[in-house]
Amino acid sequence: MIRFDHVTKQLGGRLVLDDLSFEIPKGEIFAIVGPSGTGKSVTLKHMVRLMTPTRGAVWIDGTEISAVDGADLARARERFGYLFQGGALLGWMTVEENIALPLREKTRLSEAEIAERVAKALCAVGLEEDGDKFPSEISGGMQKRAGLARAIVREPEIVLYDEPTSGLDPVTARTIDKLIRRLNKELGITSVVVTHDLQGALLSADRIAMLTGGRFVEVSSPHAFVAADQPDVRRFLDAQFISKKGIEGM
Amino acid sequence: MITREPVYTDAPPNAIAGLGRAIVLGLGDIGRAGSMTAQALVGMPLLLFCARRRRECVRQMFHMGIKTLPVISVVGMFTGMILGLQVGLELRRFNQEIYIGSAVMVSLLREMGPFMTGLILAACVGSSMAAQIGTMTVNDEIAALEIMSIDPVLFLMTPRIAAMVFMTPVLSFYTCVLGVIGGGIVGLTQLNVPWDQYIVMAMDIARLRDLYVGLFKALLFGIVITGVSCYEGFTTTQGAVGVGQATRRSVISSFLLILILGYIVTRMFYDL
Repeated sequence: MIRFDHVTKQLGGRLVLDDLSFEIPKGEIFAIVGPSGTGKSVTLKHMVRLMTPTRGAVWIDGTEISAVDGADLARARERFGYLFQGGALLGWMTVEENIALPLREKTRLSEAEIAERVAKALCAVGLEEDGDKFPSEISGGMQKRAGLARAIVREPEIVLYDEPTSGLDPVTARTIDKLIRRLNKELGITSVVVTHDLQGALLSADRIAMLTGGRFVEVSSPHAFVAADQPDVRRFLDAQFISKKGIEGM
Repeated sequence: MITREPVYTDAPPNAIAGLGRAIVLGLGDIGRAGSMTAQALVGMPLLLFCARRRRECVRQMFHMGIKTLPVISVVGMFTGMILGLQVGLELRRFNQEIYIGSAVMVSLLREMGPFMTGLILAACVGSSMAAQIGTMTVNDEIAALEIMSIDPVLFLMTPRIAAMVFMTPVLSFYTCVLGVIGGGIVGLTQLNVPWDQYIVMAMDIARLRDLYVGLFKALLFGIVITGVSCYEGFTTTQGAVGVGQATRRSVISSFLLILILGYIVTRMFYDL
């Protein structure tokens, strides 16, 4: 379970997260939506301690990840997979080598087992034919999918997705949404998805939270989210042409 | 933990406060860079047990050694030629030009060999390290490594520092050899000093201690260049502009530290 306990984050005098408290139970797909610059990625970075709260605490089960360091932090992070906005692949390694990296460095699997897991991950994101290419030889969308394959190859307990479908064509974007849902069902992976793509969030998430002004102004199931009367939510839905009936058509 | 949040501070109220803050921040940087370098050095024995890291180390040796060889060769040869010419012109006034071998050998072994090698490696290899790691930092690749629980210092810095520790003394020795040859060519062609006489004078004054001290200096320079360049890379912020600034800072800091360390080591090993 992920728990934010009255987390406040100030960056250069600007209040990005304002006394934010919420819980994400194990096995849930939790989507965070909201306008750009409202602190969605900052929220995600707090979960793996790429950022530390100005006040408050972030808990991952019994571990206060916002307070641990060194080997304890490394151990806590081993439970996570993280998809960065740009994929964050290492440029001098092929796509296959990038995906195999966490397995080679952090497990004792044989090369045959690693190759099998890498092939499975590549297949899951539709990059079977591109494993031998370098990141600079593939498109931004493909880099993002390769980053996703690397995030899930170790079958972590929690996967954090920072804009998993931005820059992807609609068909691939829906494939990624389905993959997030499938991983959740088959492996019980807890997923936190930061996205602007409300269609995708409505399709894949168990709960959707709208972050505005450093606080969640709405946290509800996709059906309730679409029907919400909260003005910020309505504006966000209207901008993506989703009406109160929109969910019924999906 | 390498990945850090940007630190926001208010503008200092006056110039003295600004200077004080700059000193405190500078000392903090030195401490963190030193601790990171120590961590990378301590990790070197791990290279023996990991074939992938060993391969990376060899790749770095190739990158540092073989690819800088043309520049090192030209610089080494011409440093010896300039030394030979300048010293020879002065010695000729006293009909003592046969001693240019001694002067060139001592200068190169004690100071110029490691110094010139250090400068070239800081400019060619250190800048490239800072730029590569800096780009990785701004592209979230370092953060990605940390989330995979892969220590970026052991993964990226240790193979580089091991390669530098091995290659810098080797390249320094190579620079000295070429410099002595360069000095000999100038002596033979422009000062009429026979080759065999030049070599006899050069070997006569060369002491093993000079060689060891020179190689020790080169080794220290290698560690400093890698430490400074990797630290600058790991602490890069603000995208492409930040990468450029980190690269510039790494070269300037390496140059300054090479000069300062060169003096300190000379003072340590040679009594007045």
